[in-house]
Amino acid sequence: MLDLQGYGPRLIEGAGVTIQLAVLSLLLAIILGLLTATAKMSRNWFLRRTATVYTTLIRGVPDLVLMMLLFFGGQIGVNAISDMLYYNYEIDLYINFNAFAAGVLTIGFIFGAYMGETFRGAFMAVDNGQIEAGKAYGMSSGLVFRRIRFPQMMRHALPGLSNNWMVLLKTTALVSVIGLTDMVRVAAEASRATHEPFTFLIPVAVVYLLIASVSEWIFARLQKRYDIGFGGQ
Amino acid sequence: MLDISTWFNDALAGNTIFTADTLGYYAQGFVTTTQLVFLSLIAGLIIAVPLAIMRSSKHKWISLPIYLFTYVFRGTPLLIQLYIIYYGVVFIDGIQESFLWPILRGAFYPALIAFTLNTAAYTTEIFRGAIKATSQGEIEAARAYGMSRGLMMRRIILPSAFRRALPAYGNEVIFMLHASAIASVVTLMDLTGAARFVYARFYAPFDAFLFVAAIYLCLTFAILYFFRFLEKRLLAHLQPQTP
Amino acid sequence: MKKLVTVSLLGVAIAAASSAQARDYDNVRIGVDVPYEPMEFRTAEGELTGFDIDLGNELCDRMGVTCEWVEQEWDGIVPGLMSRNYDAIMSSMTINDERREQVLFSDPYITMPSAWFAASDLDISEANEETLAGMTIGVQRGTLQDNYVTDNFSSVAEISRYSTADDMVLDMEAERLDIVFLDFPIGQTTLLESDDADYVVIGERISEPKEYFGDGFGIAFRQRDEALAEKFNEALAEVQEDGTYDEIFTRYFGEE
Repeated sequence: MLDLQGYGPRLIEGAGVTIQLAVLSLLLAIILGLLTATAKMSRNWFLRRTATVYTTLIRGVPDLVLMMLLFFGGQIGVNAISDMLYYNYEIDLYINFNAFAAGVLTIGFIFGAYMGETFRGAFMAVDNGQIEAGKAYGMSSGLVFRRIRFPQMMRHALPGLSNNWMVLLKTTALVSVIGLTDMVRVAAEASRATHEPFTFLIPVAVVYLLIASVSEWIFARLQKRYDIGFGGQ
Repeated sequence: MLDISTWFNDALAGNTIFTADTLGYYAQGFVTTTQLVFLSLIAGLIIAVPLAIMRSSKHKWISLPIYLFTYVFRGTPLLIQLYIIYYGVVFIDGIQESFLWPILRGAFYPALIAFTLNTAAYTTEIFRGAIKATSQGEIEAARAYGMSRGLMMRRIILPSAFRRALPAYGNEVIFMLHASAIASVVTLMDLTGAARFVYARFYAPFDAFLFVAAIYLCLTFAILYFFRFLEKRLLAHLQPQTP
Repeated sequence: MKKLVTVSLLGVAIAAASSAQARDYDNVRIGVDVPYEPMEFRTAEGELTGFDIDLGNELCDRMGVTCEWVEQEWDGIVPGLMSRNYDAIMSSMTINDERREQVLFSDPYITMPSAWFAASDLDISEANEETLAGMTIGVQRGTLQDNYVTDNFSSVAEISRYSTADDMVLDMEAERLDIVFLDFPIGQTTLLESDDADYVVIGERISEPKEYFGDGFGIAFRQRDEALAEKFNEALAEVQEDGTYDEIFTRYFGEE
C-alpha cells in the first residue's frame, strides 16, 4: 500500500492550501474580470485603454515570471512606502506581505485579465433588446445588471469560466517555486528526502485530476441551471 | 564593429546589473528557451496528428487510451510532469550505465520530453475538435467520389481540419512559450533561469524580471503576428469578400 | 453586486496588511532557508532543528523575546528581510562586503570553510581550471559558492544552480553532477556521511580569498535595526562565555 512515510498530514495540509489558494484567487479573478470587462465596454477612453494594457501585458508574460515579479518586487514596493513613512515621519509601520495573500493577489491579478476577455465576450452576447426592455420597465441600471445582464451573461461565460478555472488550478502549482507550502512543494520536499519521487508526486497528480473532475461536474450542473429557458441550445 | 562595441560599453557604463556578463546569461537563456519551445512544439505536433486521428476513431479500444493520455496530461500541472520525468528517469534500473544516460543526464532532454508530451496532449484535443467539425457535406462528397477512408483523411479531412485548428494552435504555441518558464526549476538556464540568477546575485527583482518580461512580451507578439499572417493566408476563403 | 465587489476587495486588502503594527521586538521573526543540514533542517515529523535553530532559540531566551522561524528560499532571503517578512536572517549566511551593503550583520557566530565534494571514483586530487574542464558543477543559486564558481570556472565548466542544497545532493546521487561546491559541514553531513554512495573531499577546505569567503557566518538585520543587532551581540557573547555555545556546537559537529 501507499506509504507516505510520515508526510501524510503535511500533504493533506498542502492540499488544503492549494484548494484555498485556487478558490480565493478565482473569486478575485472574477471580480477583476467583471471590472475589466466593464472598463473595456465603457465610453471612457482612459478606462478602455487601461483595461487593454492590463489584459495585453498580463497575457504576454509567463505566469511564473509575473509571480516572481509581483511576489519579490511587490514586497519591495510595500517597503518603499513603509521606509518613506519611517524616514519622513518616524512611523515604523510594518506591513507583512504574507506569502499566501501574495499568492492569491498574484494569481487573481493574472487570471483577472483572462476573465476580463471571457466576460466581455459574454456581455456582448446578451441581446440588447432585453436590456432596453428592462429599462422600459423602469428598472435602475443596477437592477438591469442583476436581473437581466448578469444571469444571461453567465450562460455565455460559463464555458470560458470553466476553462480558466482549470488553467488557474494548475497554475497554483507554481507557488511552490516561490516558497509557498502547497501540496506540490511538500511532495517535492518529500521526494528529495526519501528518494522516492513517485510515491509522492503521483498521488498529488491524482488529487489534481480529482479536483478537475469534480469541478467539471459542478460546471456542467451550473450550465444546466443557466441554460433554463433556452431549451437545448 | 569597433563602433558598435564602444557604443555598447558606453550605453552600459555606470550600470552595475546589466553588464556584458549578465546580458550574456540572458542571451544564452534566450537560445535555451527558443530551442526547448521550438523542438517540443515540432515533436508534439508530429505525435499529435496520429493521436488525434485515433482519438476520433469510432472504436472505443482505440480512442479510450488516447483520451486517458490527454486527460492526465491536460489535467495535471506541467510542473508535476516535469518533476516526475526529471527525478523519475534516475530510478529506472541501470539507466546510469545505459547508452541513454549521456542524453538524459542533463536537464535539457528530460524537460524536452515533459514539454513534448504536454503539448502533444493539448494539440491532440485541438485537432480532434477540428476533425469533428468537418462538415458532413465534404465527407459525403468524398464518399460519392469513392475515396477510401485513408485517402479521405489525407485529402479532405486533415487539410481543412488543420486550417480550422490554426487559431487554437496559435494559442497553444504561446501557452507553451509561457509554460517553458518552469525549466529553470530543474537547473536549466532558460530566460527565466537567467532572470533568477541575476535577481539572486544583485537582489534586484525589478531589473531582473521586468527585463525578462519584456523579452517574453516581444516573443509573444512575434508568435501572435506570425499566426495572424498564417490565418490570413490559409483562411482567406473564410474572410468576408470585399467587392 | 457592487457591494460584493467592495467588500471582497476590502477583504483582500485586509488579508494583505493583516499584521500592520508598530514594532518593539517582543516577538522577533527569523528567516531561514531549510533544509541545510546540519545547520537547519526538518525531521520527517516536520520539526525544525539544527545548529542555527538551537543557537537562535537560545539567544532569544537570553534576550527574553519570543522567536518565530519563517522559512524562505535562499534566493529570496535578503529581499524578504527588507520587506519585513522577518526581522533577522539566521541561515548560515557568510558575512562579506557585497552583503554588508544590503544588510547589517551581527558579530560572526561560527566560521565555516567551503569545500569541493565528489564521488570517490572521480579521479582528481585538486580542483582547478584544468581538472574541472568539461565537468558539471553544482552550486546553490545566489550563494557565495555560486559567485566564486561563476567568476572562476564558468568558462571551462558547466554550472548547474539549485534552489536548495537538497536538490543538489539528489542530483549528485543521480550522477547528474560531477562535483559540488558547498559549505564544508553541509557536505560532510549530506554527502560524506550518507549511506547511499561513497563521497570524498577534493583538495583543501577553502576560505580564501576573503572577497568571496568573508568573515564567518553572521545574523543579518535591516540596516536601521542597530538596537536589535546589539541585543543579539550581547546575548551571543553571553552564551559563548558560559559554555552553552560549546554544548550546542558539540551537538551538531562533535568535538573538533
